[in-house]
Amino acid sequence: MKIFNIPEEENMNPGHVACPGCASALSMRFALKALGRETILVVPACCWSVIDGPFPYSSVKVPLFHIAFGTTAAFASGIRAALKMKNKKANVVVWCGDGEAFDIGFQTLSGAAERKEDIIFVCYDNEGYMNTGIQRSSATPIRAWTTTTPKKYPKQELKKDLVEIFAAHKIPYAATATVAFPEDMIRKFSRAKEIRGLKLIHILSPCPSGWKFPENLTVKISRLAVETGIFPLYEVEYGEKYTVNHIPKWLPVEEYLKKQGRFSHLTEKDCQEKRAYIEKKWLELREKSKSLEKIPILVNN
Amino acid sequence: MKKLLTGNYAASYGAILSRAEVISAYPITPQTQIVEKLSTMVAEGKLSAEFINVESERSALAVCMGASATGVRAFTATSAQGLALMHELLHWTAGARLPLVLVNVNRAMAPGWTVWCDENDSLSQRDTGWIQIYCESNQEVLDSVIQAYRIAERIMLPVMICMDGIFLSHTQEIVDVPEQEKVDRFLPPYKPPVFLDTSSPHAFGSLTPPPVYFEFRYKLQQAMDEAQAEIEETGKEFGNIFGRNYGLLDEYLLNGAEIAVVALGTVCGTCRVAIDRLNKKGNKIGMLRIRTFRPLPKKKVLEDLRGVKKIMVIDRNISYGHHGILHQEIKSALYRELNIPVFGFIAGLGGRDITPEDIEQMVNYTLKHEEPDTDILWWGVNR
Repeated sequence: MKIFNIPEEENMNPGHVACPGCASALSMRFALKALGRETILVVPACCWSVIDGPFPYSSVKVPLFHIAFGTTAAFASGIRAALKMKNKKANVVVWCGDGEAFDIGFQTLSGAAERKEDIIFVCYDNEGYMNTGIQRSSATPIRAWTTTTPKKYPKQELKKDLVEIFAAHKIPYAATATVAFPEDMIRKFSRAKEIRGLKLIHILSPCPSGWKFPENLTVKISRLAVETGIFPLYEVEYGEKYTVNHIPKWLPVEEYLKKQGRFSHLTEKDCQEKRAYIEKKWLELREKSKSLEKIPILVNN
Repeated sequence: MKKLLTGNYAASYGAILSRAEVISAYPITPQTQIVEKLSTMVAEGKLSAEFINVESERSALAVCMGASATGVRAFTATSAQGLALMHELLHWTAGARLPLVLVNVNRAMAPGWTVWCDENDSLSQRDTGWIQIYCESNQEVLDSVIQAYRIAERIMLPVMICMDGIFLSHTQEIVDVPEQEKVDRFLPPYKPPVFLDTSSPHAFGSLTPPPVYFEFRYKLQQAMDEAQAEIEETGKEFGNIFGRNYGLLDEYLLNGAEIAVVALGTVCGTCRVAIDRLNKKGNKIGMLRIRTFRPLPKKKVLEDLRGVKKIMVIDRNISYGHHGILHQEIKSALYRELNIPVFGFIAGLGGRDITPEDIEQMVNYTLKHEEPDTDILWWGVNR
């Protein structure tokens, strides 16, 4: 028997307008359970600028400001400064897609990290510009199909490693999470809440319509991403202390890839390449994380 | 207390006396000194505010917007390229009805690189929904920043205070710095009707479909219309307390004038000198300084210009493919009301001097011609 330790408090209402099977809707529900109502959300152009609901509706029970693409970390810094002037406390949370975090808002995020702004920056990463209809972002994985990286010439470049980039900024806390591990996700939000400075939470957010998989597989695909080793669950404190939260079962990477239409054109060579990247990432992680010294990395089994 | 202040420091004192609570900016010549001064004042504890050094002008405005949306008074300053970089957020600030104040130190747009003055930077932001006030002196810069917060917070629109780069920003003038106590009486603390508040959660700026978007824009224009009376009332009350009156427009010897010179910014000071000289020789020249460019007080412009025989607009700016921006604005104000020739001079782009002699010669040209020879009268350009 498994006992879940998830708060019953609901700060997100049903009736939001996410696509069926959207991981970012579920992620918000978990996040707000951990963060509670003393939270202010900042949302740029992304799926969540639609999901929350059109004027005058909102599906969350906390204040939410929709702001221009590329400005969230700065806008949130302004909220934090104002709260300080008013002597008020609240979690200031940016909730954005990979377009904001990896691309257009990257500079702003870097600036806020350098200034040690006391905000929680959450990227629900669906690996592309899904709200505009599945275009490539710098978070799109290598060889993936999108509408701007057609199957004849799929994405040629590696995905940016967001957590490592911000670990290099020496932020106090950076972590990855998925909806397949809700307790882990909630724990990470609860932790982020207690730490001062910029916290980054990178959520892999499977997107049924963009990744081309049936909408009942979101949690399964999230789990496969972790169990194949493609998306490690880990935390980094001050760019130094690495903690891996889950050792993968080292399932074959094909189990993850073949469930998604965006990878349907991949050859055995492409899968081999994926395995090599996973292995490289884990070797790096093992080197950085003392607790991992003895674990075998079994990507090529 | 009287102090010798540059326009930049006058702007800083304006923000200090207004008790700006969150200040954010990015360095750009010729604006930089405004925020240098403010950061010093915050560091020395002379101003209770959060000062945030950001990595771009866009972020500077975003910080101020976040602060304003949380219900505190925010201030930023910029110039030219920085203002252009803020462009998208200028729309957002006004659309979100955030009453913050921005000082723009007018500088010509690159390329080629320039730090000298013209007004193309702020005038090309005219359709963003910001109130725009153009200053003629450093005293007016300081006074206008204080007035700007009151206007902005009453009608919930942002205000841009514009001053000519170098000519005001880096020139010292004697400025009467008002007493804090009096400013506090004039400008009460900012208390917004709604803001980011966890005890009363709202979503701001959500997806706005056609059945409602239009009405938001109608309301923004209504606010702009209301701003005219607010600017006048604020200017008058400022005069009652501080002895210096301000309005939408600034008329100089317009009564009985045959030619009205219309301009904005520091060239108006030069015009005053030239007009005095010309009128001593028996001419009847007056000037209409456009202090408030947005909202454009069209009715008052008309009232002021009724009776003159010719209008002479001096633009330190240009709308490429048309003509001077103020020229175009004045013409639109006259439509079907006054059928008189408008002489549209373009002068001083990129900080080239416009001297009293230049103005005298422009007036002489206007006196000698029934109509302008060309749509644009380029002044002093080497062809």
